[in-house]
Amino acid sequence: MVLAQTSLQPSEAAGGAPDALPRPIVQADKLSLVYQATDKPVVALSEVSLIIREGDFVSLIGPSGCGKTTLLRVIADLERPTGGAITVAGTTPEKARLDRLYGYVFQAPALYPWRSIERNVMLPLEIMGLPKAERQARARAQLELVGLAGFEKKFPWQLSGGMQQRTSIARALALQPELLLMDEPFGALDEITRDHLNLHLTQLWRRMGKTCVFVTHSISEAVFLSTRIVVMSPRPGRILDVIDCDLPRERTLDLRETPEFAAIAHRVREGLKEGHSYDD
Amino acid sequence: MSGPVLAQAAGGKAAPARPVRRPSPAGMLPVVAGLAALALFLPIGQRGAEGAAVTWLGHPMALLFLLGAALCVGTGRSAVTPMRSAVMELAAVLLAWALPFHLLGEGFDLGRAWGMWLFLVAATVLLWRVLAVFSAVPGALRSAVVPGLFGLGLLAGWEVVVRGFSVPFILLPAPSAILATTAAQAPVLWADFYQTVVKSVLRGYLIGCGAGFAVAILADRVPFLARGLLPLGNVASAIPIVGIAPIMVMWFGFDWQSKAAVIVVMTFFPMLINTLAGLAASERIQIDLMRSYAAGYWRTLALLRLPNALPFLYNGLKINSTLALIGAIVAEFFGTPVVGMGFRISTEVARMNLDIVWATIVVAALTGSLFYGGLALLERATTAWHPSMRRR
Repeated sequence: MVLAQTSLQPSEAAGGAPDALPRPIVQADKLSLVYQATDKPVVALSEVSLIIREGDFVSLIGPSGCGKTTLLRVIADLERPTGGAITVAGTTPEKARLDRLYGYVFQAPALYPWRSIERNVMLPLEIMGLPKAERQARARAQLELVGLAGFEKKFPWQLSGGMQQRTSIARALALQPELLLMDEPFGALDEITRDHLNLHLTQLWRRMGKTCVFVTHSISEAVFLSTRIVVMSPRPGRILDVIDCDLPRERTLDLRETPEFAAIAHRVREGLKEGHSYDD
Repeated sequence: MSGPVLAQAAGGKAAPARPVRRPSPAGMLPVVAGLAALALFLPIGQRGAEGAAVTWLGHPMALLFLLGAALCVGTGRSAVTPMRSAVMELAAVLLAWALPFHLLGEGFDLGRAWGMWLFLVAATVLLWRVLAVFSAVPGALRSAVVPGLFGLGLLAGWEVVVRGFSVPFILLPAPSAILATTAAQAPVLWADFYQTVVKSVLRGYLIGCGAGFAVAILADRVPFLARGLLPLGNVASAIPIVGIAPIMVMWFGFDWQSKAAVIVVMTFFPMLINTLAGLAASERIQIDLMRSYAAGYWRTLALLRLPNALPFLYNGLKINSTLALIGAIVAEFFGTPVVGMGFRISTEVARMNLDIVWATIVVAALTGSLFYGGLALLERATTAWHPSMRRR
């Protein structure tokens, strides 16, 4: 069974003694990235150190320009850091990318309009060179997981924005990655669809036990989904605070009305306020 | 004070603004009747160029045509649906248009047959009305019958005007004469077609488009090539074909090779530029996606960038399909074996055999339309996903 290996709970997957910390998946040490713009260099990341462990759901939150997307792109080897060190799944980001250890969900669904929904999900599997029967089986399973069974033969433009983004999540999951990287995947959707997909995502994460890194600028989304929240600040892009979000792993939308939720959201908001001066 | 203002507002409401105002088919019938009635008082032709003018009453057969057409329209008025009355009116139009052919067949001269011409104008207005009704109905009627009747009407008008006014053959032959020549000269026309289209155009087109495509891929990998070649493209598109055609004849000889070379020069840059534009059409996010899958250059090209480039590729192929045909025909003016469409046009014009020239033009027009139409169909089949082609 395909899902068996990924459905382990994080604590079991880590193995070893019960109180030992799970294996680190992303380890960033004094990571820096400086762009050479035409007039002056832009510091996108400044000495960012962060450990993301197996089974974590880590949200990167901060205002525009704080480097949260850049950090995600560095993990994915879509950008190269100019200083510091980073390992992904114990190896370099490039090796992790070439081994297809992560799945990346972009801000837009980025589905190919000439491919049906099913063939869009099969795209990474085609590149991996899997036989057709397995490609199809995996695509069907993933589409069912995101609630899109029956839409296999539709084309992207025939689906709503929320369904398109769910397809792109299924496409990322079809790789069966160790790590799921998501860059504001629900940013372009309306709030009702967004709530629905948040609930869907947290259930999916609990079921599959994957490590997720999630970029957002919605505080309630970050608190609702995460086990840890990384608060970032712009100019230069740096980490201000890492907040443990020890709400129960079983989460429903009602959780957002509880005082525990409000307390964590408050701490995140305070952290964001600290790093953000509204004068500039 | 407020009275007129209110009335004006009410009046404005009573006549809601229409988005598009089209001439109403209903108002055309009185026009048709009026024109036909006026035509009754005018002559319908002369027997021979010097003969006396003949009126409707002096020609029982013509009167029969008129009565038949009127009867058709009259019957159509009492038909239950607009569609049925339109069909009856179409019958009237056909009957009316048959009259000049009948008169021409009897040897009439129609140069001053103002009654007959006015009658034809009335029939044409009636045809307008019929086409307006037909084109409101979706399906084969609108997509095939309407353009078909339109084209048939144009041809019939051409035929009648040329024969009725005895237009000199040198100026404009009648369609029937062109058709007869086409049939009689079929072997010659086929040989010309084979030489020009099959030998020169197809080969030149395939080489030119293929090379443009291949160099675009190369330029995509080697950026300085694109920077160097694109300005050359502007120069090449400004080169007059009459300038390079004789040069190519000197380089490659009289046969199809020199024509193919002209076509290659003409089609290479449009294809190159369109392919480069198409390769740039993929979004950054789609490229990043392929990178995240560890897909290499060729994989990304085949799975993402070429499908995205397809609308641009078809654009280049379609532009080149017409360019290639024009290029081959014009290039044949500058030296060719004694066969080929361009050769035929240039020699037969000199010999005043304008019907063969027209027949060749017909072949060229048909070839160009089929070539272009085939590409358009292929495009529709392979890029149905593109927003410009989508039908939900």
